[in-house]
Amino acid sequence: MKRPGLVKAVLIVLFFIFLIQGGLRLYRHRHFDVPVVTGPGVTRVAHLSDFGPGLKGTMADTLVYFLDGTEPGGKAILMSNTHANEPEGLLAALLMLENAVVEKGSLIIIPQFNHSAGRNTRPGDGYPLYFEIPTDWGRKTFRMGNRDASPLDQWPDPDVYIHYPDRQLLSYIDARNVNRTWPGRPGGPLMEKVTFAAMEIMRREKVDVAVDIHGAETMFPVTNCIVAPEKSNRIATMASLTVKAKEGFDSHVEPSPAGFRGLSHREIGDFSDTLPFLLEAPIPFLDQPTGPKTVKFLLDGKDPFLLSLAQKKKLFVPYDASGWPLEKRVGQHCSVILEILRQYSKKNPDRSILVRDIPRYAEIVQNGVGHYFHDPSRAERDRVYPN
Amino acid sequence: MPIIMIFYYLITAYLVVLLAWNFVREKKKTEDMALYLLVLIPLVLRILRLK
Repeated sequence: MKRPGLVKAVLIVLFFIFLIQGGLRLYRHRHFDVPVVTGPGVTRVAHLSDFGPGLKGTMADTLVYFLDGTEPGGKAILMSNTHANEPEGLLAALLMLENAVVEKGSLIIIPQFNHSAGRNTRPGDGYPLYFEIPTDWGRKTFRMGNRDASPLDQWPDPDVYIHYPDRQLLSYIDARNVNRTWPGRPGGPLMEKVTFAAMEIMRREKVDVAVDIHGAETMFPVTNCIVAPEKSNRIATMASLTVKAKEGFDSHVEPSPAGFRGLSHREIGDFSDTLPFLLEAPIPFLDQPTGPKTVKFLLDGKDPFLLSLAQKKKLFVPYDASGWPLEKRVGQHCSVILEILRQYSKKNPDRSILVRDIPRYAEIVQNGVGHYFHDPSRAERDRVYPN
Repeated sequence: MPIIMIFYYLITAYLVVLLAWNFVREKKKTEDMALYLLVLIPLVLRILRLK
């Protein structure tokens, strides 16, 4: 080589161009806040670290919103972004946060349950870093997170994740998946501290109902459903039948497997008096054999490869050229949650939870999800929380 | 930060130093120089706590 110094200088310049260009985008994503306009129903805002030691000052700490009714009654907790690449859960929770008014009982909402995952990006699959949805006042931007917490916050991964307390052997990656670390422990890895803090909320506040809101692939059998353990099964079945009869969409009931540990729908019920439910709406974006993972695909759920597979009966949900748009997914979640609360209240009138001003499936499909979000620039400052 | 994580950051820094030193010592093969820098990128991103 004639001029190694010059070659090295060029390579070093290229190295810094790649490093800075890529690094800045990752930094901005990790520190991008979504403004949440708390609605008239929000009575107080706490942190998850108020309930669990070891979370304060970490990226796993997250906001917990309380919507207390004027009359005492039961309590329900809603968690979304357990998997931060399933945005229909987040949008359903935020929609409720910005609009719901509780008349009796209390609603507790943790929209960014895995806060670290919400600020993590997914390498390799070409996922977008952000997505936008149209609203009545402009476009609202959200971070697209990942399924698992960022290794910046919990590292290294073990060779095998040993679930606490059952000692079941799970995949190494599940150490950063908060839907495998229930019921958690105060001195465990960061994600176990997150689930422990949530369990503490349920135990201290005497929460009656817990709903963990998700999305699942159309090729995965546990999709478009309510996952419920034995103790929640009756209410889940009634909710499923009612939304089918009254609102015309399917959300069947899947039993929570007793031998598969760490999941919210199993451990919450086993380690507290709370009735757990896990909701899955179909999200074609997460399926593997699809076209490019674009924002448009994330929002409308339309994909020619999935359409072809649907014609060969390879999917677990009905799928046609209309795809599976975000409005349907969010609408299903809102209606199923309202129905679970209604069924629980019917069975337990002394612990009933009455909520109003949450739109149901048909309204959300008609008006779009963005219609229900408020403009943070016009809201009172003390009602806007960066999340 | 847990102590195990601190050790992993130290291991990463050690690898960064090794790769940088190999890059400095390499005088002939352009491909190797480029490869040293390519492998450095994720390690530097981790030390800077960006990814």
